[in-house]
Amino acid sequence: MELTTQIGGSVTDGLAYLGALAQLGGRAAYFTFVAPFRGKPLRLQRAVSQAMQTGVGALPILSLITFFIGLILALQSAYELRKFGALNFVASAVAISMTRELGPLITAIVVIGRSGSAFAAEIGTMKVTEEIDALETMAIDPVHFLVTPKFIAMMVMLPCLTIWANSMGILGGALFGVAQADFTLVRYVQASLDALFLRDISTGLIKSVMFGITITAVGCHEGLSTGAGAEQVGRSTTRAVVVSIFLVILVDLVFTALFFFITER
Amino acid sequence: MDNALTQPEAMISLRNLRVSYGDREILHGINFDVMHGETLVILGGSGSGKSTLLRTLVGLERPSSGEIWLKGKNIAAISTGEMDEIRKKIGMSFQGGALFGSMTVGENVALPLREHTKLEDSTIEIILRLKLDQVGLSGFENYMPAQLSGGMKKRAAVARALAMDPEILFFDEPSAGLDPIIAAGVDQLILELKQAFHMTIIVVTHELASAFLIADRMVLIDKGNVVAIGTTEQMRSSTHPRVRQFLDRIAEPAVSEELDYLQMLTEEHRHPGR
Repeated sequence: MELTTQIGGSVTDGLAYLGALAQLGGRAAYFTFVAPFRGKPLRLQRAVSQAMQTGVGALPILSLITFFIGLILALQSAYELRKFGALNFVASAVAISMTRELGPLITAIVVIGRSGSAFAAEIGTMKVTEEIDALETMAIDPVHFLVTPKFIAMMVMLPCLTIWANSMGILGGALFGVAQADFTLVRYVQASLDALFLRDISTGLIKSVMFGITITAVGCHEGLSTGAGAEQVGRSTTRAVVVSIFLVILVDLVFTALFFFITER
Repeated sequence: MDNALTQPEAMISLRNLRVSYGDREILHGINFDVMHGETLVILGGSGSGKSTLLRTLVGLERPSSGEIWLKGKNIAAISTGEMDEIRKKIGMSFQGGALFGSMTVGENVALPLREHTKLEDSTIEIILRLKLDQVGLSGFENYMPAQLSGGMKKRAAVARALAMDPEILFFDEPSAGLDPIIAAGVDQLILELKQAFHMTIIVVTHELASAFLIADRMVLIDKGNVVAIGTTEQMRSSTHPRVRQFLDRIAEPAVSEELDYLQMLTEEHRHPGR
């Protein structure tokens, strides 16, 4: 009995949390698509500077990480493929697993670490120092002012970063292909492109948009629900990272399953 | 009572106002009026509910029951859109200033103007200089809030609260965390605003010296109830035991009932953070 009560309690809490995220996303969508036609202009300038921070700022570390991931993928698949003397399939193995899965996922995880946590810390600090209250007393909606530009920036930048990550991963694989599998760089890239269908890339990009929404919603929600006191900011930031990683994997699972059954028909 | 509502000079009227966090009631039915152009000081100890009262007056907390009449509207029962219209006519100076750390002092003060008016940048620039001049911060518009001292932050926050030419100005603990000289400067600023603009000013504080200096009338809040309300003279000559205890700074006797203390602890545990 005790156990069922506990399970019921956590399920309710989880659903309430998802509901709060959906509400935040919904309000941001209202301020993006509806409010501009009702005299509340969109803050594009803030969205652009946010995009610079979350997108352009992430490029160096993301390039390095995805290059290595591509190289690791090549090594791991070569381990199996060389048994069959099929080393030339390394290119397609790397290209498909990067674009369909690892490109979007690794990008999301890097962005969670850089930006999701920063959203929670920034908004959480503003909450603790009464800056959020100050916005409200000035009749400025915090969701309009702070959250909406972040949603716009993330929904635009995450697919862009993902495309970049895919290319860097393929380049990483090419390093192995050229060094160990008798490819030239041009032939490796050609083999990768031949292996890819448009839907491999587009499903990855759709996922990355969903990841962007998830990361922003969690980071901003955690920031806005920060309690009183500086130590709460740290707590919110940690929770933002942990919950974002969990939800991104969950969203990934749902969409991968969805694409699997759609393309089967 | 209905008479009191229609009195023209009442700027704010509270009618049986109750506010709760969860199932714990903080304010147990508050009744008083704030007259047009007066400076009302809300006094009270820590945990008396005076900050909650202020947050409710500016619409940051929703009352669980009761009415708040402000500019002819009951803000306890209006839409957020209407509340936003009222908020453009009130200014609030927060305890720590609550300046936006990522913007300069000038951008902070100009923010409400940029958000709610269609004024040209050059006009906003002039208003901004004027407001900073009023609070004695001319020439500081390009400083970041982190570069200002505590007293200067308070002044900048007042300038931001004044930006939209509010009819009512709220102060949360204006002298908290300031040394006596700087605190006296902030009191002086409040007095100047009062004389220059005949604004309705509501100040929450527990600093007695500052309260008696700036107040026209005072309200003493204790444990979520209004204990006394009156002019500074009436307060000074009051014989009410809680008023005397507060004004004469007599320490609370050690927790009388063990059970009360236990209840206090468990309540604190059930509602952390408040």
